[in-house]
Amino acid sequence: MATFSITKPRKSRVLTGFMALYLVYTLVPLAWLVINASKTQPALFSTSGLSFGGTFALFDNIGQTFTYNDGIFFRWLGNTLLYVVVGAGGATILATAAGYGMAKYRFPGRRGVFAVVLGAVAVPPTALAVPTFLMFSKLGLTNTPWAVLIPSLISPFGLYLIWVYAADAIPDELLEAARIDGAGEIRIFLTVTLRLLVPGIITVSLFTMVQTWNNYFLPLIMLSEPKWYPLTVGLNQWSAQANGAGAQPIFNLVLTGSLLTIIPLVVAFLLMQRFWQSGLSAGSVKQ
Amino acid sequence: MSRFRTRAKAAAAIALAAALAVGCSSGGTSSAPAAATGNQDSVDAALKAGGEITYWSWTPSAKDQVAAFQKEYPNVKVNYVNAGTNKEEYTKLQNAIKAGSGAPDVAQIEYYALPQFALTDSLADLNQFGFGSFEKDYSASTWAQVKNGNGIYGLPQDSGPMALFYNKEVFDKNGIAVPKTWDEYIAAAKKLHAADPTKYITSDTGDPGFVLSMIWQAGGHPFTVDGRNVKVNLADAGTKKWTAMWDQLIQGKQLAPVKEWSDDWFRALGDGTISSLVTGAWMPGNFISSVTGGSGKWAVAPMPTYDGKPVTAENGGSAQSVVKQSKNPALAAAFVRWLNHAGGVQPFIKSGGFPSTTADLTSPAFVDQAVPYFGGQKINQVLTQASKDVAKGWTYLPYQTYANSIFSDTAGKAYLNATPLDAGLAAWQQAIVDYGNQQGFTVSAG
Repeated sequence: MATFSITKPRKSRVLTGFMALYLVYTLVPLAWLVINASKTQPALFSTSGLSFGGTFALFDNIGQTFTYNDGIFFRWLGNTLLYVVVGAGGATILATAAGYGMAKYRFPGRRGVFAVVLGAVAVPPTALAVPTFLMFSKLGLTNTPWAVLIPSLISPFGLYLIWVYAADAIPDELLEAARIDGAGEIRIFLTVTLRLLVPGIITVSLFTMVQTWNNYFLPLIMLSEPKWYPLTVGLNQWSAQANGAGAQPIFNLVLTGSLLTIIPLVVAFLLMQRFWQSGLSAGSVKQ
Repeated sequence: MSRFRTRAKAAAAIALAAALAVGCSSGGTSSAPAAATGNQDSVDAALKAGGEITYWSWTPSAKDQVAAFQKEYPNVKVNYVNAGTNKEEYTKLQNAIKAGSGAPDVAQIEYYALPQFALTDSLADLNQFGFGSFEKDYSASTWAQVKNGNGIYGLPQDSGPMALFYNKEVFDKNGIAVPKTWDEYIAAAKKLHAADPTKYITSDTGDPGFVLSMIWQAGGHPFTVDGRNVKVNLADAGTKKWTAMWDQLIQGKQLAPVKEWSDDWFRALGDGTISSLVTGAWMPGNFISSVTGGSGKWAVAPMPTYDGKPVTAENGGSAQSVVKQSKNPALAAAFVRWLNHAGGVQPFIKSGGFPSTTADLTSPAFVDQAVPYFGGQKINQVLTQASKDVAKGWTYLPYQTYANSIFSDTAGKAYLNATPLDAGLAAWQQAIVDYGNQQGFTVSAG
């Protein structure tokens, strides 16, 4: 009998096979996207979807994507970045502050807040989009970036995650020690808490980032002018252009645009995966 | 990509449903007000005074048209916005109208969606600017579609009298003559698919716009609208005539399993998989710009009929309307007049559009133009004749965009399972009646 250890684990053929299948399942759409983003539109129509064909037009497509319609893609990219930086960034800051407060302070109504947050996690944002639209249109905020930014600032799930994480990651003794040393609550939050919460914050920021980056339905109904569109809605408009009288199909640009759209997310994950992993395993071991 | 699109469609449908539901609670008065007939003086004055308007459109020519207009009238600023293609624009427009702000001054609206906006009193009646006198300048079939009751709710831009587009190369190779009747068309379908199983006579995966046009041509009148009273009968003689014919193609598996307007569809048009299309006269522009592989192979013939006598229907096409929310309706009307009754028509035709204006439909420069893509055929001779042969008396539902959005959930099943269309249409009818009654219409079946 062989012995197994953490560094030399037992291998399971079934599980390995399963993982391989899953890998293929995950990578095939990506491969398809990369392959087809390299084709011209006529080549898209005349060659097989899973093999390169015709001329290699990836760079030409990228150039066209950025210049089509006076470079509107660039504008959409900028909008998405704005929504992500301000929306997801703001959501992370709010979730961190609120989650920490909920975990470490006792105040009246805390149970009520707990119930509201849990309830909010359960409601899909899509269901709230239409009521939010009607509310915002009364305020005169539709068709402005605020209509996308303000709802993005709220992340009940992020709040809950930080709450749970802070409850475990920050020992009460540490806070008491800081208080005895004379630090104010804000200073404790900025110098002690934030550092201990880094893995949790990264996890939440990744979550909110992906959510805002992929946000589709809210901007779709809030915005009517393409100049405020994020990439998701803009790409769908390009895709819908292939319909009906006067159709202008630009499938090659839709594909190239989609490829360009996912690159920043992939980069963000690769850069932050170290924190992400430690965030995932946090709380699994009782210290 | 198709999943993405389906999701987008579902989202749009939800938004539209929400907008309509909201609209019902706030909408009190229903019937269009009596037409106040005015003259064009206020329009001319507004044009002189200048100002700023917003225009929503997705036609390829809109950008050039706006540029040309501003060159001619430098004191008018037109903010051109592409707010989405067809359904997406209607959802946004509907939302903005119900919200009370955010709608454009002028919007492009397809004929099938026009009654929905006209009936909810969202569009300006252009009679107040004396545009009723333009009737003689437009083909009868398009003018009938911008008219609702006595009101004129837009000026027609493009039109889509239907014709048969066929791949001559594939037809010739398989010894198929151009079908003049639907019986011949079905025989051609069978012959072609038997001779070459990779080829199909056409494709149809259940497009409500196409279905209604086919019923229209067969002489059906499934919708009768009188104010808020609506009658739906998707089992009248005309409708049954079409279903009996089309069932043979569906149940005989003679239709290419390719979704309209998908990348596959454009590919199938280019490589001969789909060898004919019965569609609107606006199609040649799409062929030329997006089906480059079919150049020199395609030709145009009159739409097949049931008895060999020429009759056709409209498919697609759109008008430009003045939205009631506009703060400067006279200027908006001036822009619409220029677009579809003056300088805007030529840029539109140049971009491949099929006009509604009789002057252009009869001008030799347009009619006798030989088109290289179609092997030098003078296709407009066929298409302009088709615009004269459109069957009269057609009406769309006052909530056609919603009805179309649920077509695939109901009648679409007939396509999916190759079951009789009549049963599918009955299910669609039931859904249409139920929805209309929920929305405050009085809808009856039969």
